[in-house]
Amino acid sequence: MATTEAVDVVMPQMGVSVSEGTITKWLKQVGEQIEADESLLEISTDKVDTEVPSPASGVVTQILVQEGETVDVGTKLAVIGGEAGAPAEAPAAEPEPQAAEEVAQPAETPAVEPAPQPEPEPAPAAAASPAEAQQNGKSFVSPVVARIASEHNVDVSSVPGTGRGGRVTKKDILDFVESGPPAAPPQEAPPAAPPQEAPPAAPEPAPAPAAPEPAPAPAPAAEAPPKPSPAPAPEPVAATAGEQLEPMNAMRRGIAEHMRRSLDTAAHVTSAIEVDMSRVVDIRNKLKPEYQKTYGVNPTYLIFVARAVVETLKKYPWINGEIRGEQIVTRPWVNLGFAVELAEGKGLIVPVVKHAEGLNLLGMAQAVTDIAERARNKKLTPDEVQGGTFTITNPGGYGTFHGTPVISQPQAGILGTYALVKRPWVVQDSFGKDVIAIRPIMNITLTYDHRLVDGALAGRFLKDLKEALESWDEVAY
Amino acid sequence: MAEMTYLQAISDGLRVEMRRDKRVFVIGEDVGVYGGAFKVTLGFQEEFGSWRVIDAPLSETAIVGSCTGAAIMGMRPVAEMQFADFISCAWDQLVTVAAKQRYRAGTPVPIVVRLPSGGGFSGGPFHSQNPESSFAHIAGLKVVCPATPEDAKGLLITAIEDPNPVLYFEHKHLYRRLKAEVPEERYTVPFGKARVHREGDDLTVVTWGAMVHTADEAANALEGDGVSVEILDLRTLIPWDKKAVLESAEKTSKVLVLHEDTRTGGFGGEIAATIAEEAFENLDAPIVRIAAPDTPVPFSPPLEKAFIPQVEDVVKGLKELAEY
Repeated sequence: MATTEAVDVVMPQMGVSVSEGTITKWLKQVGEQIEADESLLEISTDKVDTEVPSPASGVVTQILVQEGETVDVGTKLAVIGGEAGAPAEAPAAEPEPQAAEEVAQPAETPAVEPAPQPEPEPAPAAAASPAEAQQNGKSFVSPVVARIASEHNVDVSSVPGTGRGGRVTKKDILDFVESGPPAAPPQEAPPAAPPQEAPPAAPEPAPAPAAPEPAPAPAPAAEAPPKPSPAPAPEPVAATAGEQLEPMNAMRRGIAEHMRRSLDTAAHVTSAIEVDMSRVVDIRNKLKPEYQKTYGVNPTYLIFVARAVVETLKKYPWINGEIRGEQIVTRPWVNLGFAVELAEGKGLIVPVVKHAEGLNLLGMAQAVTDIAERARNKKLTPDEVQGGTFTITNPGGYGTFHGTPVISQPQAGILGTYALVKRPWVVQDSFGKDVIAIRPIMNITLTYDHRLVDGALAGRFLKDLKEALESWDEVAY
Repeated sequence: MAEMTYLQAISDGLRVEMRRDKRVFVIGEDVGVYGGAFKVTLGFQEEFGSWRVIDAPLSETAIVGSCTGAAIMGMRPVAEMQFADFISCAWDQLVTVAAKQRYRAGTPVPIVVRLPSGGGFSGGPFHSQNPESSFAHIAGLKVVCPATPEDAKGLLITAIEDPNPVLYFEHKHLYRRLKAEVPEERYTVPFGKARVHREGDDLTVVTWGAMVHTADEAANALEGDGVSVEILDLRTLIPWDKKAVLESAEKTSKVLVLHEDTRTGGFGGEIAATIAEEAFENLDAPIVRIAAPDTPVPFSPPLEKAFIPQVEDVVKGLKELAEY
């Protein structure tokens, strides 16, 4: 159903702590036809990159915020339908919105109600699980905290809360602003940023208004899309001859801030252990055809490690815990984060498998496949990258055998898994004699916050994890 | 300076004005020969004579009506209701006539109605009320609620000077309990200017009248927990010091409004709403109201204690707000 009235597209609220977003790409240009729920643009916040669906069907009549610009949540970004806009940038040419509307009217077009909001907000579940209840307490942001966070460009979810249910109080955020990391610059576009996208290819001719066709064709854009208006830059950065300047996107700024803050917060120590994965390799080879054929998922070594980590964490609540103010927080659930690399090495995101303690091996494989895929396709919701209690990173895919990852705050530890390498290994034969065998060995590291976790505890954790993997119990897992 | 009780300070203010200004006279039930039900005007008839200290019949309507007429004719009457509760009898004279006279005819009505109000002594439903919010709702009236001897004297003098009808709520519970240094000379305390009873950083209590002292005791109790409470004594409800309240709300971001009057329609709601409207972005917690429940004031001492906000109630409310 096309709209004759103008419908505004606004910057969606991507989670309670997010106050602004950056337009990374317009998928439609002024004059083009769009269906309700079809993706209109891509945005990037410091939490996630995502696509924004159109709230209505119709012609894009105005684009008000250009690519590369960062605006507050709720800012009007574009207008769908209605009279073609008056702004100077908007092409004032044909077609009239009515033409497109008539195109869209035939019954063949599925009638889609215009969504009332551009982005479905994560609705609070009526019956909150313990994890969600915790999250609610932590994530309620009072007006004054929201204002201070926005003034200082602080991500509230990164501030340790001391209020009721872990809520961030005004004092918490003021202390954080005073002693925390310097705020990132609010604007990112350098002067004279070139348009990131080339104008679309020559548009197809518009259908005649009198001859409706079932398929809505893109309406022609009479001119090239408007050029991004240069955003005011905070301070120009000089490049010497031969150097190239590239703006940091919101995700890169977020990573930079978080990594620096984590190293400034936690006392990072790394312990490593070598695990003989023979048994896991056997079981995996056995399960793989069934998993792939029946469920369409791959039981990777990471899945086995994740499953064993969840079991082992049950015995080590502090490693699954966090320091909050003067208190040590532990919980009976494991929200397991997985570091996922985005395309072209341009970013990293840590989606979280909530309540991993309730998943068996297959469930874990399905959950990890799902979030990793959606992370790469930018389909994660903001709440899916929050609330982690422990994280696994897997740099082993490229053959590295050791690393010292940085803890995702406010967690207490991060596990690294590395390349599975066949190595000469001393084992005992059936006579109890030492012999050298060829075994698939994986190095696993635990990087922990020594403020909370001592070396002996970390050592015991790694030993238990190693035993769980080496004596993998198919029935139990 | 001289040490005076809250009651003596009221008497002193009235005496100072009567000595200074011949237009000022007193009228009320038993204010003359008997010296007033609470002895605020004890000795006044001897000093000023029966034409300036008039014993009125048991008719609040007549008292306020005659004051209104006298004021229109240029006098400065000060009426006494024996108990604030009885002012409902004079509602029509006060609300329909006195409050609207200036608007309708342009003539000022400089009357003061003294209202011994408040509970805490088992006076029951007819002798314990705090009806200030009923009159705060009426445009054309001013509402004054002193909490200290010094303010009691200064605000009364300002009330007598003011060209509008002023309802002066004097809290009976404070009459002889409060004693403090009060300037002997004449002075005024401006309307619409709150007094910072206690400076603090973490929480704000907005209150008036006897509850200022309840709040102060509660704040003492919280001091040990490291919670610093700011207490604003509004002193006058009409006009009320919005600026001071908003500034304190901005400072602490957590506000508790406390009054002895019943909750629903109490003036605390007006304050809470104003903060929500004008200082929303400064709030770090919901605004909390502590007030009496929506019932008549009970006779029974334990019930009355449960009815009037006690120090423990305020401590509990403040602690919850601090922990929020």
